Parts: sequence; structure tokens; C-alpha cells
Amino acid sequence: MKALIDLEKCTACGVCQDVCPVGAISVPETHAVVSDDCTLCGMCVDTCEFQAIRLPDVGAGVVSDAAAYRGVWAFAEWRRGTVHRVSYELLSAARRLADKKGVECAAVLLGENLSSAAEELLRYGADVVYVVDHPALKDFTDEAYSRCLVELVRDKKPEILLAGATSMGRSFIPRVAAMLQTGLTADCTDLDISEDGLLLQTRPAFGGNVMATIICPYGRPQMATVRPRVMRPEIQPRNGRIQRVALPEDVFRTRVQVLEVIPEEDTTARLSEAEVIISGGRGLQKAENFRMVEELARLFKGAVGASRSAVEEGWAPVSHQVGQTGQTVSPTLYMAIGISGAIQHIVGMQGSKIIVAVNKDPEAPIFDVATCGVVADLFEFVPAFIERVKRAG
Amino acid sequence: MNYFLTDEQKMIQELAEQIAREKIRPVRAQLDEAEEFPTEILKILAQSDLFGVCIPEEYGGLGGGIFENCLAVEQLARACIGVATSYAASGLGAYPILLYGSEAQKAAYLPDIAAGKRLAAFAVTESGAGSDVTAIRTTAVKDGDFYVLNGTKQWITNGGEADIYSVLAVTDKTKGPRGASFFIVEKGDPGFSFGKKEKKLGIRASATRELVFQDCRIPKDRLIAREGMGFIIAMKTFDKSRPGIGALGVGLAQGALDVAVEYARKRIQFGKPIITFQAIQHKLADMAIKTEAARALIYAAARHLDTDPPDAGKVAAMCKVFASDTAMEVTTEAVQVLGGYGYMRDYPVEKMFRDAKILQIYEGTNEIQRNIIGQELNKEYGRMKDTFF
Amino acid sequence: MKIVVCIKQVPDAKNVRIDPHTHTLVRQGVESIINPFDLFAVEAALRLKDRHGAHVTVMTMGPPQAEEALRDVLSRGVDDAVLLSDRAFAGADTWATATALAAAIRKLGDVSLVFCGKQAVDGDTAQVGPELATLLDIPYATFVKQVELEDEGHLRVVRKTDEGTEVWRLPLPALVTVLRDVGDPRLPSVKHKMRAKKATVPVWSAADVGLPEDRVGLKGSFTQVVRLFSPPKRADRWMLEGPVADQVEKLYQYLKEAKVPGL
Repeated sequence: MKALIDLEKCTACGVCQDVCPVGAISVPETHAVVSDDCTLCGMCVDTCEFQAIRLPDVGAGVVSDAAAYRGVWAFAEWRRGTVHRVSYELLSAARRLADKKGVECAAVLLGENLSSAAEELLRYGADVVYVVDHPALKDFTDEAYSRCLVELVRDKKPEILLAGATSMGRSFIPRVAAMLQTGLTADCTDLDISEDGLLLQTRPAFGGNVMATIICPYGRPQMATVRPRVMRPEIQPRNGRIQRVALPEDVFRTRVQVLEVIPEEDTTARLSEAEVIISGGRGLQKAENFRMVEELARLFKGAVGASRSAVEEGWAPVSHQVGQTGQTVSPTLYMAIGISGAIQHIVGMQGSKIIVAVNKDPEAPIFDVATCGVVADLFEFVPAFIERVKRAG
Repeated sequence: MNYFLTDEQKMIQELAEQIAREKIRPVRAQLDEAEEFPTEILKILAQSDLFGVCIPEEYGGLGGGIFENCLAVEQLARACIGVATSYAASGLGAYPILLYGSEAQKAAYLPDIAAGKRLAAFAVTESGAGSDVTAIRTTAVKDGDFYVLNGTKQWITNGGEADIYSVLAVTDKTKGPRGASFFIVEKGDPGFSFGKKEKKLGIRASATRELVFQDCRIPKDRLIAREGMGFIIAMKTFDKSRPGIGALGVGLAQGALDVAVEYARKRIQFGKPIITFQAIQHKLADMAIKTEAARALIYAAARHLDTDPPDAGKVAAMCKVFASDTAMEVTTEAVQVLGGYGYMRDYPVEKMFRDAKILQIYEGTNEIQRNIIGQELNKEYGRMKDTFF
Repeated sequence: MKIVVCIKQVPDAKNVRIDPHTHTLVRQGVESIINPFDLFAVEAALRLKDRHGAHVTVMTMGPPQAEEALRDVLSRGVDDAVLLSDRAFAGADTWATATALAAAIRKLGDVSLVFCGKQAVDGDTAQVGPELATLLDIPYATFVKQVELEDEGHLRVVRKTDEGTEVWRLPLPALVTVLRDVGDPRLPSVKHKMRAKKATVPVWSAADVGLPEDRVGLKGSFTQVVRLFSPPKRADRWMLEGPVADQVEKLYQYLKEAKVPGL
């Protein structure tokens, strides 16, 4: 990737050759030539009085026409025939933001054979669903998906673009942001509109110990990803429209070859779908004590969760990890045993209906989000509680 | 204490400490419980160049001496002397080749030992020859271009796991102490097999087996030095290796002290951490004093021994006795500081206490060491023209 | 084959706190560590080097102290290191970070493969890798658990996705972000440690990699933090008092009344 010369406009004056800090431009005869040394710094672009130089997808800096960008978009994640639930969650969030700004809300659906999927998106509040249906989109590739989305954004100019922080979103959305030269905030837990109309993106920062609100003042669209189950999906049907978009074939070209796709049972589903989660943390002190958590979970017919430190200690597999780097859960009951409650953990479970915290330290931050707090030595409390539940039959 | 280590010595020490902390400590209890040979850890030690600590650079080693070896061994021992013994025994097996091997033998074996590709072992002890090494009965008889070995070696560390064995055998019964010789035997040599793995009180991660030679034919160039050099080679090897046993003791004592102090700071009885009680403080103080004294002796002695001094036998024996006795005392007291918890397998001092005992026994019992020191004193003072008094 | 591994020095997250009164971060006395996922990236590179031979360069952008992280990685067998350090780099978001790394990788020239960890544990964004690949205009694969060099010009990778695994073939040059499955990071060796101690680590500024100051650091970033805060406390919580037996009974009745499934 390097600066592009418009051969029609270039007069071979040589000014750009002199300003290039890396010596990437030469002017052999009729026009300037850019070598691979180009760092896309853009020095040459501004100096060319004939507007013969532009930068490709990356590197131009601030968008000047921010005002031209209107509307809130959610990227709908299609996975081999079904739309992932995070898409509805995002769409509901996008609807809310769009209402606040008084603009249109749209969903973008990419994939192959997308007949009924688009209709469903209209039920969750989309004014319009943009559909790109192409065989090349059957298997996910970062390149084809990015190019499609980038083409749509360039054409329609939404001011906000949301996507799921799934393995797909986390992989290709940064590429979209880079190609559009705009900012991206990952794993937001809250989205809002500021007084001056900017997207306020809130997420845990610094290892999940504090929350940070981030803005993207100049880049457009303002882009954010949100993890599944952070937002609530709301059905609010609209008289929306479905707009099929045809894109030029070269958009679908990709350098990567998908050789094999091996579906596996989602090991995380048991945790994210559970009605009751009993979770253990560092306070359990050693692996053997984690059995208490497992026993209690069995009694409730629920799932076992674990804090980041419990997983790091090897007491529970990583698929059980709840929190910013693990999974986001929102069960009816979440019981945190020996978990102090770093923000990185809290953002993964604060949507639970009932939160019971058992901890020796009354100052533990987990009590700040608990609906019911038990300050006790867990080695006394938990066995006694297990007995009580057993006694009930 | 600052022992004025060079940069390279510090690196060896740091790296061994890192391996002990990150790789050995988490698995030591399981290795002990399962009596499992630490193959994976030895691979890590190999990758980190530590098997080459005292092997010259021309054979791919680091070119260090006894002192560098002690620094590495001490840190490994801080986590587990079962693992550290398996490591140190390879060095012990290499010493006869390193000290007396021919150029061809060195070139054939030392690079692999230094790289940790092949593990070595040292085989002297037999059922009838423990402290009395001269009582060995394994024989090696020359047959054309071969030697034929017959006999059984007992309690050989790394037995079955090692690929290269330095084996002491009688080549001429009539010559007594001058009639034994060292041979290099390789795993897979015809007529060479292993007995069952021994069940031990401690150092259970290490492998201890019988070596069985039944008409074991090896090429004659496997003889180290000349026939009759066997006992001299054995003694010179021990002069190099015994400070290493001392280093095992220092590391073990330090490991037990680490646990005891940390425990005493946390354990509350009568409303206070037990470290606030003088009864405990004094125990910990004595443990710390002995451990540091042992370390100071080992470090000073190892540096001295690296100059090939005439009193090597005596000094090496002092290292072995003092540090192994220290390890036994300190681990015993560590169990006492932890009380009932110390007696349980939940805490590592139970294992350390069991492990410590072997240090007073193997590579020459502490009684034999004291004999060596006593005899040497007698000789030294006998040589003096004037006495001090 | 020339391989570059990008690493990041991160604060040991467990110890970072926010001052409840000033609402500023308290990072004093917090030790720095190498982002754990980046050590897997180093291991992946070294395994390719072990098998096929390669020249591995480790690179980081950070303050002068980040040199320590580079020396650590050198002591594990990486061939050389580059430190991107300049006051102008400060405050970089993922875009500005990727911009600087891309310029430095171009400066190295002729790089066939770039490894990154799947994400850094301080920010958890997982963005720098894909952004860097996009800037370098090379294909990439994220969340990779297995890497094999298929032939001179192609890489075969196994990716972990939410739905299972995928096998991809990428033409080189390419970028890969790795998971811990690529193999446990090796420890240093004495010889590499000695080499690492003596090695000179070149320090490149923004100017050295040909970037004007307004393209790096805060000036070159699109996003900016406007507020840091601790999350609000829940008002409706109920603390169970009394001896353990009472607490047990109270909790049991509370959950029973709330009709928690499973009781």
C-alpha cells in the first residue's frame, strides 16, 4: 500500500520527490513513481498543487466532511444460515442511539442465500437492512467482509457503526476501521450520545480495573464493538425496507484460502445459557476447594463460573471464565464465592438478576454490585449452605 | 549476602531460580507422589544450556567450574532435590570422561551431555560395596577388541533414564585397589539391562535402578584412561562432585526456611502471628544462620576447588558433610515450625524432610566424609615441620 | 525468512487501582510484565525458526524501559530487537500504534511473517494485529492455535472461532495473531542471556521510521479517553448479618422467595 499518483494530473514537476521523507518518490520521465518505501505519511499529498496524489484506503487523517455522515448502523452477523443473537442486541442499541439523534437506524447483512434473515432484522428496529448476498461470503474471510462493509459505509456514510465483539467481529472490524481510517473502541459495555452528538463509548480499561469513556471526535463513522449479552434485544417492528446492494466483483476477492471449516459444539454455551451460575475466585485458595463451587452448581443444576485468577491458577478451564476476557453472562442467579470483584469480572456478570456475593472482606468491590452480600469465611459458610440446600431435598 | 558473582554466574543462578520457581515448584508434589521421573523438566534444563555448566566451551558447554555448577544446583534444589539430583547425577556421570577421557571420548560424549540430549549416570555402588568401594565385584575382561562386563550395580541414580554410564569394574583382581577401571557403557549395549526402579523414602522424582551386566560386550576404546585408574578416577570425580551435594543441601535448607518463615508470618495462634513468639523466632534464626554458613562454605570451597588445590579431598568432604547435616537439621525444624500442618502432605516441608536424609548418605556417607577429613588432618599435621604450639 | 514479533509491555494488571478521591490511576510501584499472549507469539516464531530457520526480530513501542522486555525475549533465542521509543509516540491508540509498527516493519524490509499475541491484557482490544496487517497490506489470520509453513510462500494456520475451528492458507507475507495453544513459551538459556545482555537494541524515533509527529501518538490517534471512573454502587443490596448459621438460613429463604430455579 502506497500513495497513488493520478497519471492524468501529474506533470512530473518533481516537488513531491523533494518532500518525501523516506525517498519513496522518483520522477523518471512522464510522471512520479512511488516505491514500496512509502509509509503513507501523506506529506506529498498536500504539496502537490495539481491534486495528483492521494493516499489509498489508509492514512489520510481527519475526515473533513463529518457532517455528511448520518445514521446509526449495526453489523448483523450471519453465520451459516442463522443470524447471531448479538446482532439483535446491537440493533436494539443502535435503535436507541438513532432515536436519540433523530436519525435512521440500519442493519448490514452480509452472507449467502439471505432470504428470511433480513426480515427478522426489521422486527428489531431497523429502518433499513442493507443486504449483500454473494457466494464469496459463504465462508467468512477478513478481506471480503471488510471490503463489502467498507464499500457500503463509503457509499451511505453512517456516523456510527456497531458490531459484535465475537470472534468474527474482533477479527475483521479492526480492518474495517483501518481501511476507513477511523477510531474503534472494543468491547463497549455502555453506549450513549453526548450533548454535542458524539458517541460515548464506555468500556473497562487498564486491565479491567476502571471504566473509561472514549470518544472518536474526528473519524467517521465512530465505530464500536459490543460483546454478546451486554445489550438487551428488544422487538420493535418498523415499516422498514430491505435494500439489496450489488457490489463489483473485485470487492469479494481475497488472498486467504479457507481450506476447512470444522464446526464444534460451542463449549461456552453451557455457561452463557445457564439460569444459575456459581462462580469461584482466588479466595478459594486452591484447586481442591473449587470442588465446593462445583458441588453447589450441581445442586442448583446450574453452571460453574470462574474469575480470571481462578482460571490463571488452573482451577477451572478457560471456557468457564466470566468477565471482560471471558464471557458475559446474565443468569437469574449469579453467586460469586471468594471473588473480590475486579471491574474486569464485574462487567461480565453485572447484568445478572440476583447477585449473591460471599467474601471475607466487607470492602471487596463485589459487594458494590451484589443484590445480597454475605460477609463470612467462605470455608465455613459454603459447606453450611451446601448442607442447607441438600436438606431441602 | 553479596557473594560477588560475575555477570555470567548471576545469569546461571537467575535462570536456575526461574526454572525452579516456574517449572519445578508447581509439579514437585505430583512428581513425588507419583514417583515420576522429571523428563519434561530436564528438557527445559537442556534448552536453557544448564547441562553444560561445567563442560568446556569447545564441547558446547558454558566452561564453568564447580562453583557455577553449585550455583545452578542450589537453585534447583530450593524447589526439589529429586529433580536437582537427576540433573546433578548427569554431571557426575560426565566427570570421569571430562577429567580422564581421551580426546575422542570427550568429542563423542560431552557435546551431547552438555546439550542435555543424552543424560549420564555414574555407577560404582554394588550390594556388597557401599562405603567400601574396594569391595566391588563387577568385572571387565578384555577379549580382543572388546571388554566383557559381568556384575550388577545397585542404586544407580538416573539408572534406566540415562544413555551414558560411567561404570567402575575390576580388571585385575590381583592388584587390589589398583585393579579397577572405568568404562563408558551406553544404553543399548548388548548384555546391558536394568533392574526394577527402587521405592525410596525421598527424592522420589529421581530414578534409582540396578544396572545388570551379563556378558556385556563393549569396544575396548570405552575404557577411560588406563586399566587400574578406576579408584583414582572415582576419588577425583568425588572431589568435583561433593560440593554439588553440599549445594543441594544449601538449596534444600533455603527452600525449607522459605516455607517456614512465610508460614510463621501468616499462622495466627493466641491472636498473633507465630513469628512474633521467640520460640519460633529462635528456631528460624538458627535455621537461617546454618543455611547461610553452609552457603558461605560451599561458595568459598567451590571457588577454592576450581583452582585444583592439593587439599581437594578434605575440602570437598567438608562441603558435603556440613551442608547435608544442615539440610537435615533445617528441614526437621521447618516441620516443627509448621507443626501438624508440616506433617501433612499439603505443605512441602514434609517432602523436604524426607528428601533431606539422602544427602547424608549418598556420594559417600557423612561418616566416610569425616574419615576422609580426619585422615587428611592427620597427614597434614604429620607433614608440618613446626607445630603451632 | 524474516519474522517480526510485536510485543507489548503491560502493567501487572492485578495491582492497578484508581484513586477514589482524585479519580486518577495509581500505577506507582506496579511492575511491568510482557503481555502473556505476546510470549506465545514469540514461541510461535521460535518454533518456526527451529524447524525451518529464520531470522526473528522482536519489536515493541514503548518508553525506554521497554528495552527490558526486549532483552527478556532476546534471552529466549530471538535474534535481534528494535525499540520504538519517542515522546511523540505517547498516547497512541491502536491505530496510531499500528501506524508506528507498520512504518518500522517497512523500514526493516523484506519481512515475510509478523506475529502478534491475540490481544494485550491491559487493553484487551485485539485491534493492533488486524490494523497492522491492513496498514502493511498483507493478509492475516486472527486467533490462531497452530501455524505451519506449507512451502516457501504459504502458511497454513488453524484458527479458533466461536463456532469451531477453521483451516486457512495464507500467502506470505502475512500476519498472524496467536492463542496460547501454539505452545508454552520457552525459558531463556544461559547463552542467549549472555548474548542478550551484550546486544545493542536500536531505538527508533518517529522520524527514524519516517513518520511526522502528527501521525503518531495522541496526535495520530482517532480515539481519546474523556473520562475514567469506578462503576457506581448498587443501592438495593442487602447485607446478611449474624452468625454463619443465620446467614445460611437467610440466604436460603431469600433465594427460595425469589424462585431461583434449581431450589
